[in-house]
Amino acid sequence: MLYFSRWKVTAILLTIFVSLVVLVPNYLTSDQIKNYWPSWLPGRQVVLGLDLQGGVYLLYQVDVNDYKQKRLKALEGDIRQAMRDEPRIGYTGLGIQGDLVQLKIRDADKVDEAAKRLRNLLNPLSTGALGGAAVSEFQLEQGSDGLMRLGFSQAGLDKRLGTVVQQSIEVIRRRVDQMGAVEPSIQRQGSDRILVEAPGEKDPERLKNIIGRTAQMTFHLVDLNVSPDEAAKGNLPPGEILLKQKEPGGMPMVVDETPLMTGEDLTDAQTSFQSQTNEPVVSFRLSTSGARKFAQVTTDNVGRLFAIVLDDEIISAPRINEPITQGSGQISGHFTVESANDLAVLLRAGALPAKLAVAEERTVGPGLGADSIAAGERAALIGTVAVVIFMLAAYGLFGIFANVALVVNLILIMAIITILQATLTLPGIAGIVLTMGMAVDSNVLIYERIREEQRLGRSPVSAIDAGFRRAFGTILDANITTLIAAIVLFQMGSGPVKGFAVTHVIGIVTTMFTAITFTRLVVATWVRYRRPSVVPL
Amino acid sequence: MRLLRLFPDDTKIPFMKWRKWSFLFSGIASVLCFIFLYTHGMNTGIDFQGGTLMEIQTKSGPADLEGIRHTLDALGLGEVQVQSFGADDDVLIRIVRQEGGDEAQTAVVTKVQAAFGDSVEYRRTEVVGPRVSGELAENGIIGVLAALALIMVYVWFRFEWQYSLGAVIATLHDVVMTIGFFAVAQLEFNLSSIAAILTIVGYSLNDTVVVYDRIREMRRKYKRLNLVVLLDLAINQTLTRTTNTALTTLLALAALVIFGGEVIRSFTASMLFGVVIGTYSSIFIAAPILIFLDPQLAGDKSAKKIEDDGDEAAEPA
Repeated sequence: MLYFSRWKVTAILLTIFVSLVVLVPNYLTSDQIKNYWPSWLPGRQVVLGLDLQGGVYLLYQVDVNDYKQKRLKALEGDIRQAMRDEPRIGYTGLGIQGDLVQLKIRDADKVDEAAKRLRNLLNPLSTGALGGAAVSEFQLEQGSDGLMRLGFSQAGLDKRLGTVVQQSIEVIRRRVDQMGAVEPSIQRQGSDRILVEAPGEKDPERLKNIIGRTAQMTFHLVDLNVSPDEAAKGNLPPGEILLKQKEPGGMPMVVDETPLMTGEDLTDAQTSFQSQTNEPVVSFRLSTSGARKFAQVTTDNVGRLFAIVLDDEIISAPRINEPITQGSGQISGHFTVESANDLAVLLRAGALPAKLAVAEERTVGPGLGADSIAAGERAALIGTVAVVIFMLAAYGLFGIFANVALVVNLILIMAIITILQATLTLPGIAGIVLTMGMAVDSNVLIYERIREEQRLGRSPVSAIDAGFRRAFGTILDANITTLIAAIVLFQMGSGPVKGFAVTHVIGIVTTMFTAITFTRLVVATWVRYRRPSVVPL
Repeated sequence: MRLLRLFPDDTKIPFMKWRKWSFLFSGIASVLCFIFLYTHGMNTGIDFQGGTLMEIQTKSGPADLEGIRHTLDALGLGEVQVQSFGADDDVLIRIVRQEGGDEAQTAVVTKVQAAFGDSVEYRRTEVVGPRVSGELAENGIIGVLAALALIMVYVWFRFEWQYSLGAVIATLHDVVMTIGFFAVAQLEFNLSSIAAILTIVGYSLNDTVVVYDRIREMRRKYKRLNLVVLLDLAINQTLTRTTNTALTTLLALAALVIFGGEVIRSFTASMLFGVVIGTYSSIFIAAPILIFLDPQLAGDKSAKKIEDDGDEAAEPA
């Protein structure tokens, strides 16, 4: 156990040296790394968690019910249209019932034809050509007396939700990228959640406002013939809806339910200033087809009002003074420069396919983050020093060996965290300090064993050899049980807790490494040069 | 230099004689933990309950807790807890879960910020919706159980089922005591508490395994030895190691409790308690309990491994 081949010694020392090199960039500024640190060397720095550098953790949940309602509404419209096609099919009781759209076909002869038309609306999502089962979004259920029910198929809904989450992530990424400044990580969690982590973000409210807005922009013609008061009582002509104004105190307005245009027809949106009033406005540019549509509508409706609606709130309702044919326009609506800017960002990035709600939010201010770093560093320093002093008192020279191993262990832990770009959190620092306390366990095990063997009358070399060998199995068993608990924690944890699990796991592994390689090497070297007649334990 | 030894060599402490008392003590303590848990309940944090937590720091002098409570009560957000947090200008506010869905929870933050405006620094804000909190609690329980099950399998695989059962009983004892500690001290029980419990599970098992390892070794060596004598011998022989490791770990944890900051105090304090309990249970529960599980330890089927581990390598190299 005390013999080391030359290449083993080299490998151990090289590992420590490489770890030291990996750590250097942590003490440099990013400018120094860019200008002076050789690019072929690893230039990564430790990633600090949100709790240490401040920032925002937002877990969004796709509002599945809202999404379902939206889809059912669209389906209802499609069904109405399909039944109107020549030859018309008479029906009654078309409406949304919970998770279903149902209707009753009047004429028994036409039930088959109706079913055929409805089947065209089931919206196949995959054909099943590649061996998988064919999946449609909806499924049709035929009852007696011409009753037709269309509802979601589970597979179809899951598939659509997957797409919705994916699209939402893309939209969020576009929005956040255009905001500049922060570099958040955006990732899918589970089947219907999105996790946004923005370290260093100082304005969580603004970030939330930008991410969480559906930002569905639509243009609607205003119907001034119906008074909002009447409409509020429920006297709405079919196909029209009552919308409130965003501006507090603004009168609600009755508008056509079907929009003239949607945000998808926009190609660009920018903040600018109105020439006369110098008020911030958002200017937009329409796609070619959008411009054509807009030109047609404005030509047909000169003199009428059209409402610019964002997420079911009217931002403004200008009058169409003349046909707008050049494919661009302006939205005014009592904006500040920032709110105009944010709206432009939202319009450029597009609408979210479904409503998102914040299911979990954690924000840490930069002040607390800095305090936590200081507290963590202080605790780590004092904890380590306390352990070092104890080991020195309990094991003397061998305590020094253990303490050198402890420092090597710390270097290895930090190097691995740096290389893996694992996030260091405050509980993570606690994990490192705890490792410092537990790491000397392997030394304690070995030393106590050597002591015992020596007291049984063995020579120093034999006692040391047996000590290492016998303690090794114990170290392995003991550490693997600890490792199992730590890995379970890593699997289930998130955020700061995961940070603890990471350093704890890394710490256990490096502890085993230093105990069976480095400590042994140091002791072996000492034995070779000192030829001790007794082990001072 | 004379080295520090907490115990003299060759201690002959009759741990096995005390086992009645230690089992009785642990049994009563465990029952008390359950009773206390039932009567006083846990101080569950927002992680498992849902709701809002905010840490604020006043910008001018010590915080006026009464005034802050008054301001918050006026917002009509239901039950509000206001407490000093570490420093006298640092205040922790906890607001119960609001009626309604996720949006109602996040609205709380906006209301509180509107009430205090710029007069305070918002150091930390945590909002957990009702759905997520339920899942977090579920995952926590599953995690602890999964860890216990996996470790049981590992110990079974490496030792015998009697050891595995003994280790799990001792560890469950530690988990119950730690949960009792949370209830008695009314420390906030949150996600990091689950992490603390898992760490304690890991530590306590580490300790137990070391003692078991020695018991196994001695059973191979001294096959005829009376089990009570053997267990006592094994505990005594590993005693210095057990206490020394506990001490270094406690030193590190004490540094964390004292200097690591208020944010992780419930985490570090519970681990400190858990390491003490874990050490106690390895000596007074895990080892002595082997005597009940099977006096002959199922004939020790690993006995034939003696050859691999024997003394032939003990000659001087």
